[in-house]
Parts: sequence; C-alpha cells; structure tokens
Amino acid sequence: MREVDSETMKIVVCVKQVPDSWAEKTLGADNTLDRGSVDAVMNELDEYAVEEALRLQEAHGGEVIVLSMGPSQTTDTIRKALSMGADSGVHVIDDGLHGSDAVATSLALAKAIEGRGADLVIFGSESTDARMSVVPAMVAERLGLPQLTFSSSVSVEGSTVRTNRVTEYGYDVVEASLPALVSVVEKINEPRYPSFKGIMAAKKKKVETVDLAGLGVSADQVGLAGSWSAVEEAAARPPKAKGTIVTDDGAGGTAIADFLSAQKFI
Amino acid sequence: MRFTEEQELFRTTVREFVDKEINPHADAWEAAGIFPAHELFPRLGELGLLGLEYDPRWGGQGADHTWTLVYGEEFGRCAASGVAMAVSVQTDMATPSLHRFGSDELKERYLVPAVRGDMVAAIAVTEPDAGSDVAGLRTRAVRDGDEWVVNGSKLYITNGTQADWLCLLARTSDDGGHRGMSQIVVPTDVDGFSVSRKLDKLGQRSSDTAELSFVDVRVPVANTIGEIGRGFQQQMAQFQNERLIAAYMAIGNLQLALDRTITYVQERQAFGRSLGDNQWIQFKLAELVAEVDLTRQYCYACAEAITSGADPLTVTKMASIAKLKTGRLSREVADWCIQFHGGIGYMEETWTARYFRDSRLLSIGGGADEVMLRIIAMLAGIGKA
Repeated sequence: MREVDSETMKIVVCVKQVPDSWAEKTLGADNTLDRGSVDAVMNELDEYAVEEALRLQEAHGGEVIVLSMGPSQTTDTIRKALSMGADSGVHVIDDGLHGSDAVATSLALAKAIEGRGADLVIFGSESTDARMSVVPAMVAERLGLPQLTFSSSVSVEGSTVRTNRVTEYGYDVVEASLPALVSVVEKINEPRYPSFKGIMAAKKKKVETVDLAGLGVSADQVGLAGSWSAVEEAAARPPKAKGTIVTDDGAGGTAIADFLSAQKFI
Repeated sequence: MRFTEEQELFRTTVREFVDKEINPHADAWEAAGIFPAHELFPRLGELGLLGLEYDPRWGGQGADHTWTLVYGEEFGRCAASGVAMAVSVQTDMATPSLHRFGSDELKERYLVPAVRGDMVAAIAVTEPDAGSDVAGLRTRAVRDGDEWVVNGSKLYITNGTQADWLCLLARTSDDGGHRGMSQIVVPTDVDGFSVSRKLDKLGQRSSDTAELSFVDVRVPVANTIGEIGRGFQQQMAQFQNERLIAAYMAIGNLQLALDRTITYVQERQAFGRSLGDNQWIQFKLAELVAEVDLTRQYCYACAEAITSGADPLTVTKMASIAKLKTGRLSREVADWCIQFHGGIGYMEETWTARYFRDSRLLSIGGGADEVMLRIIAMLAGIGKA
C-alpha cells in the first residue's frame, strides 16, 4: 500500500491511436489493419481516460504521463494528450511490435509501465478498432495491480482509489489500495479540447521513445510471431440487405409478430 | 501556405468544438432567432479563440495572423453561419480598435472580459441613413465636461440584444464627412440606452440583430478609443479585420458545401445512373472547385501579407478583393448546390436552404460589393473615391 501525497502522485494514462471510427478500414496482406489508408485519431474512450487523469491531478497534484504504443504517426495522438495537459509522453515504437495481439500488447505496455512508480494506471475501457476490452485487465495481471475496470467515476482518497463499476444492473462501488489500474467508460466526464495555450505548451514537453530492447522484451514475445492469436482470413462485410416492406392490409400486426418471431426477438 | 503541426492540431480543436458543441444546437438556435452568447463565449475564451492575436497582457494568445485564418476556415463550417458571424464580431469587428488604440484602463475593463468571453461585444456603426456610406452617420456625442452625451440610433447590429458593450462610432464634432468622428465604448447598462427592436432577417437567423436607441446616454470621455476625431480612420482599419475574417469563414463554408454536394451527386440516382456521372455536372462542379481553390489561395496570400507586415493600403486592397470574391462565389456556389440537389435542396430540412439564405449576406455586410469595387478602383488607380 502506498500513501499518496499531492507532490508525488503519478498517473500513467495509456492511449491508443485508432483509425477514424467512420472510415472504411482495410486489411493488409498479413491480415493486419492497413493504418496508412485511413485517418488516425486518438481512441475516443482514451480521451475520457486522459481527462480523468487530468482531473485527478487538478484535485491532488502530481504528474500525468501519457503512454502509447504504435508506429511513428502515434506521436500525433501523444501530442494531443500533451496538449490537453498531460506532463510528458512515452512512445513505445518498434517494427517488431507490428501485428501484436492483445496478449502481446499487454506485455509491451506492462513492461513500459513497470518501474515508473505509477500510483494509478488509467485506460479507456476499449478501443474502437479492436473492441476487446481485455488489455487493461491483462496489464493489471502482468503488473500484479488490482484492476477496477469499466469505471463511471473515480476518486482517490489517501491510499485508496474508489470507482463505480458499471454492471448490467447499475453499478458496484469498488475500491482498492494504490497502486492500482482503472479503466473508464464513456461519459465519465467531458473531455476538454486542446486550447491554444495547451497546444503551444505541448511543444516543449518531453516524449521519450522506447523500443523492444529498451523494454527488455524479445522479438519472439510480441508482433505477429509472438501473438497467441492470428487472423487466418477475413471477408468484407456483406452489403446491407434491403429491408422488407409490409403493406398493412389489416394483418400488419401479425406480419410484424411473425417477423420478430422468425428473428427470435420474441 | 504550410501550416505547422500545432496549427493543424488547433484546426482539429476548432473543428471538433464546432461539430460537437455548436452544430447539435444549430436548428434550435436558428428557430429561436438567437444563440446563448453568454454561455458559448466563455468556452471559446477558454480555448483561446477570442483573442488569438491579442497581447497576452490583455488575455490574448500573442499568435500571428495565420492562426486567425485557421480559426476562420474551421468556424466557417458551422452549421449555423449566424453563430460564426456573431463570434467573428467579438473577435474581429468590435475589439480590434480597442486592442490597437485603447487606453490600458479601457482594455482592462472591456477587452480583457471580452477575450475571456465573459462580456459580449457589438460593433455599432450602421445607421438608418448610413450603411456602407459610413461618412454619412448622424449619431452624435456631445461633450459635457468629462462625459459624452450620446443621441441617435444604430441599425442591423449583430449581437445587439445580448451585447454588454458597444464599439460605437459617433460624430463628435461639426467637421463633416470623414472628420469629426470618434470610437467610444458604450456599456449597454447605462441609462438612455435601449434595444428598439430585434430584427427579422432573411438568413443568419441564429444570430440576433437589433436596432439600438441612444437618448442622452452619458459615458465618460475616457471611454473614447484612441484619438478623438480619428474614429472614422480607426474604423476603416477595423473594417479590414472584419473583411478578412468574413472571407476566411466563407472559404471553410464553400469547401464544405462543395464536398457535400459532390457526395450527393455521386449517391443520387437518376435515369439509371448517378447524377455525378453526367459530364455537365462534373464540369460545373469542377469549375466551382477551381474557383474555390483559387479564392482560398488568395485568402492565404492575404494572411501572409499581414504576417509579413504589408503596408496598410496593400492590406486594404487585398481584404477588399478577398471579401468581394468570396461574397460573389458564395452566392454562385449556394445556387448550384441547390440546383444539383433539386427538389430536396429547396426544402428547409436540407442544409442547402439555410446556406442559400446565409451566404447572401457576405456581398452586403462589412461594406457591400459595390463599396469593395470602389475601394479597389481607387487603390488600383482606376478612379477617385
């Protein structure tokens, strides 16, 4: 257990650069996402994570480090988080990371977080490209941290972090001792926009780059080769089928009921 | 023109803010004939949008004019042009003179809160009998000791019902024509000031426009911006900011309108193929793409002229050309956007209808096309003013 005081609280926020949600995505020859073909943006849920980290910092002081893994253009996403107000950045970049699945990604991220003395690690609860929601839990497991996932509110008091964990029936109030890992859901807050001042201040902020050797991870533990799962084949989404139009000749209600029943809705 | 990484990020900030914080309210504000300036402006102030080029001493960002260009292009994409216009009144029409010529006390009291977004400003120049012909204005401020006593009326004043203070241009001596006018800051909570009526407009409906009345309004002579008697000249300088921001916003809006229309003609099927498969439509849109691109590059040249410190006459000529050309092009593009949308383009539920109405103003506001032509003719040595 660690007693957090305002001078030393350290938060690491993990952010991911993803293709713009509305863009048509394509896969490359190795069945990984072709990142060059689409506009890249910060994963929207990670904006909530950055905002939450900044709010905690505003309330308790300390430091916010933004961490991202990805190819060179990932600097744009790190720069955005720094413009929102994070203090410094860490960019995990290595060609050997290409094609890493969730398990391999969690290894690289955990190694990058390890040793930084983080009191709190914050993630968005999922990325809009992979949508697995497992990386935060995997990183927590690797670091031996308590995990407070799917949080709709986060507060820190002394050495305790308390969150509302969203469930099917509402939410559970859960708490853990620091250091801990939290993932946040949408609408936990209203992420701020990078202001002119924030953008200019970010120019001077430090971004450290780390490669696999720096993480102490060997090439066969990550990337396509080191991943536990592989995409064997992929097919384009079929075009949207035309809907059925039912003309109500008095039996419209029955037709709708039959349709719902056939689709197993009722 | 090349924009820096920071300027591109700032562009994203403005675009996202407009998309998420303004556009969802556009229909409601258009219907209401007003938008909540006192709620919106503080948020713009936080982003640094309301005083980009102003001295940090007065809450500004100390940025160069390129940033104003970026802000203008992106804000121009606003789904309710009236809101964009109202914001540009705050940034580039009502405050530049105060920043340039105002006393420290006046800036502390009126500019700082305007840059923060806590106070809404309006520019009060036009009168029932003096529009583009500014020299003909009649509102008079007569000196009584340390006070001006203002009488008269102002017309078509943007932000008029919400403004906390006005940058008023009034006659302060009997010297006729261009001489004898002064710019005066008039707070709107003074006795004798009233909003005579809120005006109903063809377009820009989300922005409130008013007729204002002044009956024995007393304000300190210390509220005079710059030199007494130099108001007309100061206002002419302020007009260049107004014309440029209007042109920059038009460019953003023109590009958006063309992009949307191009998407539409590609999707819309008629006679067994998409509308965009017709060469006539392709060529017409290609012409407009070319015109918009040329005009955008001219606007970029205007911004570069300012950042490189071009002389005032060059800036005046370029700003007049930019406003003239964006005004005319906006009318042309809006008309073709409706034409290629057909019936649905004429419907109020389609964006084209509002754009058609909104875009018409640019050839009138901030000096009509004919005034721009007069200025250009004079500066090009064609004729006398």
